[in-house]
Amino acid sequence: MDELLELLEEIRPDIDFENTDLLVDGNVLDSFDVISIVEEINSRFGISLDVADIVPENFNSLEAMEKLIKKYT
Amino acid sequence: MKNNVLCYLEECAVSHPERIALGDEFQSVTYREYQENAQKIGTFLAKQYGVINRPVAVVIDRNITSIYTFLGVVYSGNMYVPLDAGMPRERIGLMLDTLKPIAILNATDLDDLPFESIKTKEILKDGTVDLPVLERIRMNVLDTDPLYAIFTSGSTGVPKGVSVSHKSVIDLIEAFQDAFAFEDGCVFGNQAPFDFDVSVKDIYNALFCAGTVSVIPKRMFTAPAKLIEYLCLEKIQVLIWAVSALRIVADFHTFDSIKMLPDLKKVFFSGEVMPVKSLNYWREFFPNTEFVNLYGPTEITCNCSYYVVDKKFAPDEKIPAGKPFINTRMFLLNEKNEIITDKNTIGEICVAGSCLSLGYWNNKEKTEECFVPVPGISEYPSRMYKTGDLGFYDEEMNFVFVSRKDYQIKHMGHRIELGEIEVSLNAISFIGAAVCIYDDIKEKIVCFYQAEEDCKKEIVKELSGKLPKYMWPNVYERREVLPLNKNGKIDRVKLKKDWCEGNG
Repeated sequence: MDELLELLEEIRPDIDFENTDLLVDGNVLDSFDVISIVEEINSRFGISLDVADIVPENFNSLEAMEKLIKKYT
Repeated sequence: MKNNVLCYLEECAVSHPERIALGDEFQSVTYREYQENAQKIGTFLAKQYGVINRPVAVVIDRNITSIYTFLGVVYSGNMYVPLDAGMPRERIGLMLDTLKPIAILNATDLDDLPFESIKTKEILKDGTVDLPVLERIRMNVLDTDPLYAIFTSGSTGVPKGVSVSHKSVIDLIEAFQDAFAFEDGCVFGNQAPFDFDVSVKDIYNALFCAGTVSVIPKRMFTAPAKLIEYLCLEKIQVLIWAVSALRIVADFHTFDSIKMLPDLKKVFFSGEVMPVKSLNYWREFFPNTEFVNLYGPTEITCNCSYYVVDKKFAPDEKIPAGKPFINTRMFLLNEKNEIITDKNTIGEICVAGSCLSLGYWNNKEKTEECFVPVPGISEYPSRMYKTGDLGFYDEEMNFVFVSRKDYQIKHMGHRIELGEIEVSLNAISFIGAAVCIYDDIKEKIVCFYQAEEDCKKEIVKELSGKLPKYMWPNVYERREVLPLNKNGKIDRVKLKKDWCEGNG
């Protein structure tokens, strides 16, 4: 999942994704970040995340995002 | 005569005292409470400071407290200025330096603000209403007095405070009512933060029709499916949203699986060019809803023209900015300062009318540069605002936006001067020089910088203390040496051309 980390760091180079929880609920990421992340995940992993899965819980940590992507691959 | 926006609030408080006026996730107030809260705040400010037409900064949140704090400032005869506490400290400092507010009110629950402030909650706790004091103020105010100021990016690195009078806001809502006739009790779903003038339309249109402003929690915009559920639950009828927010819903194909907004009557969008694909998606699911494109910069009080979307656009077509609102004049000027009347000829969009803002607060130079006399009128003083937007008339004489004349961009719904980013970049000690361009296709701010080695992370760290996040470049390209043009300046045109070609 280095690819995911790389993608996240490109979008927000200022965040330590490996050591931050509550990325969305703690207002570290805003809605534009989440959208950019979803778009990048979709294009790089060749998947299409369902709108029902675009909820803060799934983007709160690197781990949560990994789990989400695994569901689709 | 209505010479103050409070006239509308007072009418509602008489006609519908128990109707819900404002609601957010945690609380709501009726029109009676709305007025009472505002009067208490107004009384407090009047007794404490005893001045009118001075700025009062209001630290805002996504809550209704922010709204009645604004109106409280108005009761005191002063001008409110929304401040986002999440902005970098340095930028807040620049705003406060420009404003020199008489007080800072805190409408949030935050305790650790880096400046002295008074909590709205504290004022209300044992606040009283002194009607004679408030009435004396009202006898003394004009509709040309400033109502609010909203800060926008400034190319020299200092944000500009666009100050707007009561008259301009009354003109705006009267014109909206004329064009769109909001029903009595209409429910407005507020998306725009209160330091964006898009929210001005929610607050004051609701006052016109004794409607309700429902403040949608920010986190809903990171979960589109939940957002739609919320709109449904709150029985939202009108959306006056930034293009970027409507795009979130469309780009995730939210309505493919969730279809439920039976109350939605009108959808307005503004702030940047609406992609046809996103608009068509919305229209497909809401064939009976009115969709309206609104155009205009903050300096002319929200919007000067509108276009009701009455047909399906092809992906390569542009949605027009439309025709001016009533009591607003718009025209195109060519480079010789002559008025263009031909179709399909590009010129700068200029605006005249009561909608014109008072200018940039405490910034005479910039105000005189952008607010100028109308060409051809010398017999009486006239005034117009040069938008810096280039546009043309289409076959139906609609205005169509083409591009900017300068280095201002629209990015993620924000109006940004690339120059402001560059001022911050060039202040960083370890980079030689830097410029920014905007990649319109990929919607990214690209920074080209001159340095010995790659230092993207370090640059971001520096910028984070100075600029709000939406102004940070998305891409960093290091060059050993930045190319110069024949005037000896960094050649942005070449950089942009090379970048766009390289990225095909």
